[in-house]
Amino acid sequence: MIIEMLIAVAFVAALVVFVAPDEYAGKLAFALSLLPAVGSLYMWSGFDATGNALTGGTLAFAEQFEWFTLSGYEIQWLTGVDGISLPLVVLTTILTTLAIVSSWTPIDDRQSQFYGLMLFMEASLIGVFTALDFLMWFVFWEAVLVPMYFLIGIWGGPRRKYAAIKFFVYTNIASLVMFIGFVALVVATPVTTFALPEISQALRGGEIEGYLSLSAGALRTFAFAAMFLGFAVKVPVVPFHTWLPDAHVEAPTPASVMLAGVLLKMGTYALLRFNFTMLPDVAQAYAVPIAAVAVISVIYGALLALAQQDLKRIVAYSSVSSMGYVILGLVAYTTYGVGGATFQMVAHGLISGLMFMSVGVIYNVTHTRMVGDMSGIADRMPITAGIFVAGAFGYMGLPLMAGFAAEFFIFKGAFESTVLSFAPLFTAFAMFGIVIVAGYLLFAMQRTLFGPYEFADDDKYEVGPAALHDTLPLAVLLVLIIALGVAPNLFFGMIQDAVNPILQTGGGL
Amino acid sequence: MLPAVPLQSTQDILPLWAALAPSILLGLTAMVLFVIDSIKPEEASNALLAGVAGAGTIGAAAIAGWYLLAGTGTPETGGAISLYGGAIVVDGLSLFFTVIVGSVAAMVTVASYDYLQDQQHKAEFYSLVLLAATGMSLMGSANSLATVFVSLELASLPSYALVAYLKHNKGSVEAGLKYFLIGALSSAVFAFGISLVFAATGVLGLPAIAEALGDVSDLGGVAALGVLMIVGGFAFKTASVPFHFWAPEAYEGAPAPISAFLSSASKAAGFAVAFRVFAVAFPLEAIPAQVDWVLTFQILAVVTMTLGNFAAATQENVKRMLAYSSIGHAGYALIGLAAISADANNGATMGASMAHLFVYGFMNTGAFLFIALAEHWDVGRTFEDFDGFATHAPVAAAAMTVFMFSLAGLPPFGGFFSKYALFAAAVQSGFWWLAAVGAINSALSLFYYSRVVKAMWLNDASTSFEIERRPVGLYAAIVIAAVGTLLLLPAFGPVVETAQSAAAALF
Repeated sequence: MIIEMLIAVAFVAALVVFVAPDEYAGKLAFALSLLPAVGSLYMWSGFDATGNALTGGTLAFAEQFEWFTLSGYEIQWLTGVDGISLPLVVLTTILTTLAIVSSWTPIDDRQSQFYGLMLFMEASLIGVFTALDFLMWFVFWEAVLVPMYFLIGIWGGPRRKYAAIKFFVYTNIASLVMFIGFVALVVATPVTTFALPEISQALRGGEIEGYLSLSAGALRTFAFAAMFLGFAVKVPVVPFHTWLPDAHVEAPTPASVMLAGVLLKMGTYALLRFNFTMLPDVAQAYAVPIAAVAVISVIYGALLALAQQDLKRIVAYSSVSSMGYVILGLVAYTTYGVGGATFQMVAHGLISGLMFMSVGVIYNVTHTRMVGDMSGIADRMPITAGIFVAGAFGYMGLPLMAGFAAEFFIFKGAFESTVLSFAPLFTAFAMFGIVIVAGYLLFAMQRTLFGPYEFADDDKYEVGPAALHDTLPLAVLLVLIIALGVAPNLFFGMIQDAVNPILQTGGGL
Repeated sequence: MLPAVPLQSTQDILPLWAALAPSILLGLTAMVLFVIDSIKPEEASNALLAGVAGAGTIGAAAIAGWYLLAGTGTPETGGAISLYGGAIVVDGLSLFFTVIVGSVAAMVTVASYDYLQDQQHKAEFYSLVLLAATGMSLMGSANSLATVFVSLELASLPSYALVAYLKHNKGSVEAGLKYFLIGALSSAVFAFGISLVFAATGVLGLPAIAEALGDVSDLGGVAALGVLMIVGGFAFKTASVPFHFWAPEAYEGAPAPISAFLSSASKAAGFAVAFRVFAVAFPLEAIPAQVDWVLTFQILAVVTMTLGNFAAATQENVKRMLAYSSIGHAGYALIGLAAISADANNGATMGASMAHLFVYGFMNTGAFLFIALAEHWDVGRTFEDFDGFATHAPVAAAAMTVFMFSLAGLPPFGGFFSKYALFAAAVQSGFWWLAAVGAINSALSLFYYSRVVKAMWLNDASTSFEIERRPVGLYAAIVIAAVGTLLLLPAFGPVVETAQSAAAALF
């Protein structure tokens, strides 16, 4: 029942905070968000699942209730976690709590609604990562969009309405395409349920018939393409990434943290769960084009970041680049590739959260994010600047930080892939992305943080050290990043355990 | 779970006529309201009237819900209860629609308490609502073309008066007149259709018509024309093409609670009678080849949903947008009659349509009651007038957001499952193109529904308005509708299963 309790606590907390007075909303939301955070850590300490949830492994904290039957299909409340989903649940709850604390300074309007939406989003996100029935999962999946639409649209920057609607329209159309693809797949498979484990095992066992005069093979390819398109928008991969910079630049900092830290992972998580677990043969047949998309995302995203003048845009585009690594790891179909990709979801969640928060803290003081408007900020904000530098090195993959472990696993896994043709070539190209990342981050830091102190609006805003509650979430994230870098096995063991069954029957190992 | 009370088999517990108790209660409440009004015509208190009307409607919905849970009139307890020589039946379908009509009427009467504060003739208003609700609940039970016509008129005549209730308001009177004229025309067409069917078959009882249709010899064309005209009568009541054009006028001009009542309850009742008439009287296996009503409904469904959605997208007036969206939803519900074929599981399709109407009863009533709240505060009518509404009334705005997203079929709300069930049933019956048209329309509808949400939450207030008083009744009704819309997501299972077994009993 602990998963249900986490979702219920976050949901009830959202309602309570929504009607609480504005003055206390932030503190109250923080206090209430500690409950799911502690609960998820308890889940981590009591985790006892083995294998992959979709290939017949045993689940941890599983619950199953009959919900209803619709046109011969059984719809259940089916939750549980395995080694892939648990790290993402922990990431969600911790990042939500930290994002709430980081909102205390910048959010000064309609606070109770803001924090209520943050908690509502947390409840939905936990649902996305724990639901194992398709329709139930889809409900949570879409429920995440609604609060994010409001968070961007109400508290965002000058072009917030455009950004919010673009985000909403892009991701909704993507969801519709994915939904049609998957339902077509289910209808053609002899199952009478929407439970993902059963569907997955039926599909992996090849029990699929043609439908609507499509042959089984054509249907699988069509469904794979529809789902890939749907999830690719969410990830996002080039060329479906154009909503991301708009959403990030306009979103308030805490929403950016959640967007980059957790919402993008919904896309890669779903890709792993649906495309790469259920239809491994199609994924392997189209491995080369998928890997090409991944490498293009890595390089093109990094080049776009190189060209930006806005600190937030730099971090936003670098997310496109980092998500490209995840796709490359997935398509490699090796234990280090897929495991590293899953590890990268968590690592990138923490690191990009840290980067967005640092940019936010600087923005709170300077009210600008343009690289050209400031220099030598480290002179006035030494602690924030120090953490910013540490986070940037995490992004570049400095050893003993989470980013290094994740990217190293992915490159190792991708390099030795037997499924992907020209695997060493793709890996080599993707590794080149790290050089560009180092380039733009070092260049941006050199211009903004170091050198003599100069600031365009010096007469308007006093630049000084940030408040303790602004720097504390940064410090917590940095500690977590280093902890995962030093001891990746905090998560990597369970991830590998859950990933290996996909590969064994999928043909990778 | 309530104890099972199979009325048919245990007549010693309750007399047979008690199966009609919900309709009788609605009618009696209307009479009580008249009595209260005639005792103290000048000083009848609004609270007393609203309380009596609310109690009557809630009671009717509760009794119907209890019967439904107890399995009254279902095949398990001995089949439909037939009353008055078979002119009236009580079964799952009639009880299901009585629950919809009763709960919508309850929300409307509770909300009207505030809306009528400064109006005269309150007692007439409530009793007309109750009389119309009586007619609507009987429409679901009518098992003969004669009772169909009588109950249809009983529902329609009070509705005409209610639309024109604000008699010093030109818009309201004009809307009432238009509604009445088109209603009279469609009633005439409908009655003529009945007479043609009678001419061909010689009977009026629905099961008897089905039997007689097998042997109409050379009168098949007459019967076909009659069926077509009967379709026209239903199109009027459900606000579907081609008799839809009264709806935007009537819904816009009418007092907003009446718009809610007509667009939710009256539409549902129209579908109730259509489902029964076409499933029982004109079953596919019995009708002559000329009477292809399935094709008619397929065309009507596609045209109605497309026209409703595209017209809604071009509106600048929120109430009018809701009126067109209501036409669009009639198109979705028509799938229940359009995706019918001889070898498919028709009960599942029709049941999915009934479940959609059930969810629709909450979300659409709530949306119109929100408009009633806005009219109460003189907010204005266009999308721009709702700019920044959420800063003034966040709870009402949150409820309206729930209604809008649910009407659009977004997943975290009841409207997602009901639309999904409907389209899935259509696909399973082999009519994937109907589901595709529905899904495309549904995706488009997000555009105009989200305009309201965007105005309320994202836009800054352009005009300022003062909220002097927060009306308790309206707020309560809106919050109940919103909670219902939300709860129908987890609780959709029992609703759709009840609806599908009720519909399956007809075939």
